[in-house]
Amino acid sequence: MISLAGRDILHSWGKFVFTGMGLGLLIGVTLTMAGVYRGMVDDARVLLDNSGADLWVVQQGTLGPYAESSSINDDTYRAVLAMPGVAAAANVTYLTMQIRQGNRDVRAMVVGIAPGGAGTPGRPARLVAGRQITRSHYEAVADVATGFRLGDSIRIRRNLYTVVGLTRRMVSSSGDPMVFVPLRDAQEAQFLKDNDAIVEQRRRTGANPAFARPGVPDLLDAVIASQSTNPYVNAVLVRIRAGALPEEVAEPIRRWKRLQVYTRAQMEEILIGKLIATSSKQIGMFLVILAIVSAAIIAFIIYTLTLGKIREIAVLKLIGTRNRTIAGMIMQQAVGLGLIGFAVGKIAATFWAPVFPKYVLLEPADSVRGFVIVVVICILASSVAIRAALKVDPAEAIGG
Amino acid sequence: MAEAHGIRIEGLRKRYGSGDTAVDALKEVDMAVAPGEVVGLIGPSGSGKSTLLKCLGAVIEPTGGRMTLGDQVIYDGAWKIRDLRAMRRDKIGFIFQAPYLIPFLDVTDNIALLPMLAGQPNAEARKRALELLEALDVAHRAKAMPSQLSGGEQQRVSIARALVNRPPVVLADEPTAPLDSERALAVIRILNRMAEQYQTAIIVVTHDEKIIPTFRRIYHIRDGRTEEEAGEGRPF
Ligand SMILES: Nc1ncnc2c1ncn2[C@@H]1O[C@H](COP(=O)(O)OP(=O)(O)OP(=O)(O)O)[C@@H](O)[C@H]1O
Ligand SMILES: [Mg+2]
Repeated sequence: MISLAGRDILHSWGKFVFTGMGLGLLIGVTLTMAGVYRGMVDDARVLLDNSGADLWVVQQGTLGPYAESSSINDDTYRAVLAMPGVAAAANVTYLTMQIRQGNRDVRAMVVGIAPGGAGTPGRPARLVAGRQITRSHYEAVADVATGFRLGDSIRIRRNLYTVVGLTRRMVSSSGDPMVFVPLRDAQEAQFLKDNDAIVEQRRRTGANPAFARPGVPDLLDAVIASQSTNPYVNAVLVRIRAGALPEEVAEPIRRWKRLQVYTRAQMEEILIGKLIATSSKQIGMFLVILAIVSAAIIAFIIYTLTLGKIREIAVLKLIGTRNRTIAGMIMQQAVGLGLIGFAVGKIAATFWAPVFPKYVLLEPADSVRGFVIVVVICILASSVAIRAALKVDPAEAIGG
Repeated sequence: MAEAHGIRIEGLRKRYGSGDTAVDALKEVDMAVAPGEVVGLIGPSGSGKSTLLKCLGAVIEPTGGRMTLGDQVIYDGAWKIRDLRAMRRDKIGFIFQAPYLIPFLDVTDNIALLPMLAGQPNAEARKRALELLEALDVAHRAKAMPSQLSGGEQQRVSIARALVNRPPVVLADEPTAPLDSERALAVIRILNRMAEQYQTAIIVVTHDEKIIPTFRRIYHIRDGRTEEEAGEGRPF
């Protein structure tokens, strides 16, 4: 027996390829949507991996530092360092902002990292070019996704920084590339007021009789100094000793230091379960709608193609073709159309994914899933056409 | 298998619809066609020709009477055969006014499809198709698609399709209407040759004045009743 569906597709391949391409672009969009979701999850994981931390110590009662703002004193890390099982602890600040370079603006997450050698939590572990920050001021390590190059001068708030190193795939949970700067600079940037505001605040403090005491001349200076420094950081990143259990190290810190401590698993739950939960539901909705639209299109195309063959189907029935064979022919055509569409969609998605501003992660497992769904949709969608074909009366072939 | 009669129809009735709107398309049809014989079936429009072919072709159910194909009673007040589709495939060849070839199969496979549907291996089915194409003088177009053939060639291919399963019965509905008299007579020649060669009983429904004189026997159908007449039997 020959494949009737295959012959029909070969005979009118132009029609099939064109409709397959249209369908393929739609499938490509669907695969990309799934890739955007995977990219978001991956960004979150990468963020946690790159921090080099096993525990995140944040302000009590917050989901910081990524999902909520958190503020703790910058000497907390010393107390944490003294706790059992802690191998390393370092302050870190996160601030998402626009960074100026030349005449362009780049949205980035500025990460303030503590001084210290390799292995200090928060420091980028690997650079693709240049070196780590060695001075305590005005040096920056930027992710290549910012578009900055070594030696570039970038402006964060009022200060200029020199890019001394480059990283790859260091991104925030919303996909913004990271720029690492020394902790002190970052603390200042978070707190920094403009010149007018500083002058104004000094004037007010000076005019306050509670601070400007004639008998205590140093008091005013001390107050002004404390007003213009920022002793807070967003979190302390902790690396635990080899062999220690994260939860066992975290528990005493929670109890004795009155701080919130998250383990890696909890942090992942916060990022994926809370921070990107709405976005992923949004994408889920899109996927459902796209699946329905694809099904409707396939059903419509196959139905139209079948209506165009009513006469042939009547003849096939008259000369003894079984319903099974006719249904199989239509279903195979639908699946064939789906295969063309899937191939086009996969290629299209692979081509356009890198052009997307955010990370699009096309997982092979998603492609396999997508493929199965396309085939199932095709089979379901062909049922409308099959019903129409089975209703064709073989007497029509004989005519009046 | 002793096939004393190719086709025998006795007292066949067909009523469309019921009640006030009922139409008695066939009232009393009697016909017999011997194996190897080609008979004409003529009658005015609305007399029941197509209805008769549909009953014989088992695509509509008669209301009464008896039909025998070969040595098998297929209808006697009710269908006597369970798998009508297989019966159509194995016992009846159809030729239509338009060739109705399958546009996405080439000439050979249009014909070979029938033996394939009956379960024959592809190579065997194609061999049989080619034999017939040769007998009908269209073997040189075996690889062409139907749309690339002339009207006459298409009609010959559809005749080959009707004959490929060696059915004991062929039903032709206006097979020569679109053809000029030369080609129409050629079709009649082919049908007669094939009838003789394969001992097929052939009924040709026609209005075509060009071919009516060639039949030796003609059934006239008027208002749902048949009358047998001798034809001119003119050579073709
Ligand atoms: N499906 C149907 N339902 C009701 N009446 C029908 C149906 N098919 C045919 N008829 C009626 O049965 C009668 C015979 O019709 P039939 O098609 O057999 O005629 P015919 O001899 O083939 O005519 P023509 O030469 O015009 O093709 C006509 O009166 C027609 O109106
Ligand atoms: Mg008719």
